[in-house]
Amino acid sequence: MIAAIGATSYLLLAAALFSIGAFGLLVRRNPLIMFMCIELMLNAANLTFVALATQLDDINGQTAVFFVMVVAAAEVVVGLGILVSILRRRPGATADDLAELKG
Amino acid sequence: MADLVWLIPAFPLAGFFLILLFGRRLGDPKSGYLATAMVFASFAVAAGIYFDLLSRPEEERQTVVTLFSWVPVGTLQVDLAFLVDPLSIAMCLFVTFIAGWIHMFAVGYMHGDPKFSKFFLYLNLFVFSMTILVLGENLLVTFLGWEGVGTCSYLLIAFWHTRESAATAGKKAFVTNRVGDWGVMLAMFLAFSAVGSLSYTVINESAETGELAASTASAIALLLLIGAAGKSAQLPLYVWLPDAMEGPTPVSALIHAATMVTGGVFLLTRINPVIAASYDWVPTTIAWVGAITALFAATIALAQNDIKKVLAYSTVSQIGYMMLAVGTGGYVAAIFHMVTHAGFKALLFLGAGSVIHGMHEEQDMRFMGALRKFMPITAGTFIIGWLAIAGVPPFSGFWSKDEILLFSLAESPALYAVGIITAILTAFYMTRQVIMVFFGEARWTSLANAEEAPEVAEGEPPVETHNAHGEFKPHESPPIMWIPLVALAGVAALGGLINVPKLFGIPGGVAYKLEEWLHPVIEFGEADITGTWAYDNKYILVAIAVAAALIGVALAWVVYEKKRIKPWEPNLFANGWYYDAAISWFMGKPGREGFQAVTDFDAKIVDGAVNGVGVAVKATATEARKGQTGYVRQYAGIIGIGVVLLLGWFVVIRGIL
Repeated sequence: MIAAIGATSYLLLAAALFSIGAFGLLVRRNPLIMFMCIELMLNAANLTFVALATQLDDINGQTAVFFVMVVAAAEVVVGLGILVSILRRRPGATADDLAELKG
Repeated sequence: MADLVWLIPAFPLAGFFLILLFGRRLGDPKSGYLATAMVFASFAVAAGIYFDLLSRPEEERQTVVTLFSWVPVGTLQVDLAFLVDPLSIAMCLFVTFIAGWIHMFAVGYMHGDPKFSKFFLYLNLFVFSMTILVLGENLLVTFLGWEGVGTCSYLLIAFWHTRESAATAGKKAFVTNRVGDWGVMLAMFLAFSAVGSLSYTVINESAETGELAASTASAIALLLLIGAAGKSAQLPLYVWLPDAMEGPTPVSALIHAATMVTGGVFLLTRINPVIAASYDWVPTTIAWVGAITALFAATIALAQNDIKKVLAYSTVSQIGYMMLAVGTGGYVAAIFHMVTHAGFKALLFLGAGSVIHGMHEEQDMRFMGALRKFMPITAGTFIIGWLAIAGVPPFSGFWSKDEILLFSLAESPALYAVGIITAILTAFYMTRQVIMVFFGEARWTSLANAEEAPEVAEGEPPVETHNAHGEFKPHESPPIMWIPLVALAGVAALGGLINVPKLFGIPGGVAYKLEEWLHPVIEFGEADITGTWAYDNKYILVAIAVAAALIGVALAWVVYEKKRIKPWEPNLFANGWYYDAAISWFMGKPGREGFQAVTDFDAKIVDGAVNGVGVAVKATATEARKGQTGYVRQYAGIIGIGVVLLLGWFVVIRGIL
C-alpha cells in the first residue's frame, strides 16, 4: 500500500510537518505550544525514518524511531516538570519571560 | 657494637622528648641533669664503638649502618644511614665529651632562668643534630643535621628573645647560614647528577678512581666551600658569629666554638678525595680563605673589649687555621686542631661565662681586672686555656697549630707567613684578655656606675645587686660550674697527646696516634710532605712557632701589664674593618635599590603580563556574554540558521547530493 503511494509523498509530508514545527517554535511564546512544535519536528523525522526504511527495506530505520520516541518521552517529562514548577511560582510566564540566565 | 651507632643520636633525642614532655615538672635543675646524663650516655656509646673499631684491623673499620630507606625515588635512593668510620667516631667522641661538660656547666649557669628546662631541650636537640651531621652516610643525612644545628643555633642565640639584640642576632645567624646552605644544596644536586648518588662512599670512590671529572669535582668542592664558609664562619660569611655571642655563654661555648662551627671543616674533610680530584687551584683557594680569615679575625680580636667578642673573633681565626690545614692537604692537622680547639675554646668560653656570672652579668673587660684573687679556679683554668690557644708548649694548641704551620710551609711560604703573624696576634690578644680580666688593678669599683646602683642612706653599707656596677664583690662559681672547667682544662693541657710528633725523643709508639687512626679516611686526600724543606727542618719550625707565641705574650705583657707602650687599638680593628657596616651600607643603599628594581620589575612587567592576560580574557568574555540573551526562541532560530547554512555548504560548495 505504501509502496503504491511512494516515498516522495511521505518525505514531502515530513518536510511540511517539520517546517510547521520549526516555524511554530520560533514564533510562539507559550512554552506548552513550543513543546508541541518540538514534538511535531521529532515526529516529522520519525516519518522520514519509517518511509525510507520501508523503501530501502532496512529495519534499522524503524529501530531508530523507537529511540527517538523514548528520547522524546523523556524530554517531555523533564520539560513539563520544569514548566510546572516554573508556573507554580509565576503564573502565565512566556518563554521570553524566562530569561534570567542571560549573560 | 658498631651496629648500636644509632644510640649516639638516640640518647639526646630521648632527652629532648623527655624534657619536652616533663620539662616543667622536672624543672630546675633536674631537667639539666637529665640532659647532661643523656649526652654522657652518648659519649659512652661512642667510646664503646671506638674500642670496638680499635680491635679490628684497619681496613675493616668502616661500616654502614642503614636504619631505613628514606627517599626512594627512581634512581635517587637515599637511605637514612650512618657511616661508622674513624672520622665520624672521632668527631662523636669529642663532640659528646665536650658537650657533656658544657651541659653540666650550664646547669649552674642557667640556674634561676625562667626558661631553664627549655634551654636544655634545645641543647639536647642540638647534640642530636650534631651527631646526625657527623654520622651521616650521605650528603642528605648530613644536611639534615646541618640544618638541625642551624635551627638550634638560631633558637639558642635568640634564647633571650625579649632582648632586641638577641632576636636580631639569631635572625642574622640564620639568614647568613642560608647563603651557605645554598652552596651545600647545589653541591648535592651536582653530585647526584654526576655520580647518581649522594652517598659519601660512592662519591669518594668515584673521585678516587678518576671517574669524577676534575671540573665537576672542583665545582662540588667550591660549592661545599661556600657551605663551609657559612657554617664555619669564614670570610665572607663570618659576620653572624660575633653577633651570636648574644646567646647564653654555654651556647657560645658549645655551638659557636667547639662543635657546630667546625661542621664545615668536617664536611670538607669528609669529601677530601673530591678536593684531591679537583683542579690544583681549588685547595689553594680553600687555604687562602682560611689564612686570610685567620689573620683578619685576629686583627679584629686585638681591639675588642667585650670578653666574649674577643673569643668569638678568636674562634673565627682558629677555624681559619683549620681551613688552611684542609686547603694544604693537612686533614689530620685540621681534625687535630678541631679537637684541641674544641677543648681549649670551650674552656675559655666557660671561663668567660664563669667570670660573667661572678661579675653579675658584666661583659666589658674594661670593668674587670685583678679577678684572679676572687676567682682562683676560673683564673687558673682560664690561664691554661690561654696558654693552649697561644701555642705555648706543651699545651694542646701548640701541637696542633704546629702541624698546620708545617703543612702550610710545605705548600707555600706566603701561607706560612700569614700563619705565623696570626700566631703572634693570637698570643697577643689572648694575653691582653687575660691581663685585662685577671691581672692589673681592679677597675670594677673605680669605674662603678653610681647611677645604676641602688640608693643607700649615708653611712649604711651599699646593697649588693646584680646588673649594677655599684659596690659588689666578684665571687667564684659553684662546683657544678668549676668542675667542667677543671675537666676541660685537663683536655686543653693534655689534648696534644693524641697526635704528638716524633720530636724531642718522643717514642714512636705514642706519636701520631690520631694520624694512624684517621689514616683510612684521609689516605687519598692527605698531602705527602715528606722530602720538603719544611719536613726536614721541623725543629726550626717548632722554634719559630714557640718564638712567635712568646713574642706575642711578651709584647702584650709589656703593653698591658707593664704599660711601657701605649696600647694601639685602632678603630678600624675595634669596628671589625667596618665589614659589618659595609655590608649594611651595601644592602641598605645599592642592595635595597637593586631589590626595589626587582620588585618593580615583578610588579610591573611580570604581574602586568599576568594581569594583562586576565584583563584581555575578561573583556572578551564580557563581549561574548552578550550573545547569551536567555531567549530560547532566539537560540532555536540561530540553530535553525546554522543548520541551513551547513546544509547549504554541503550541497552548494562540497557538492554532496
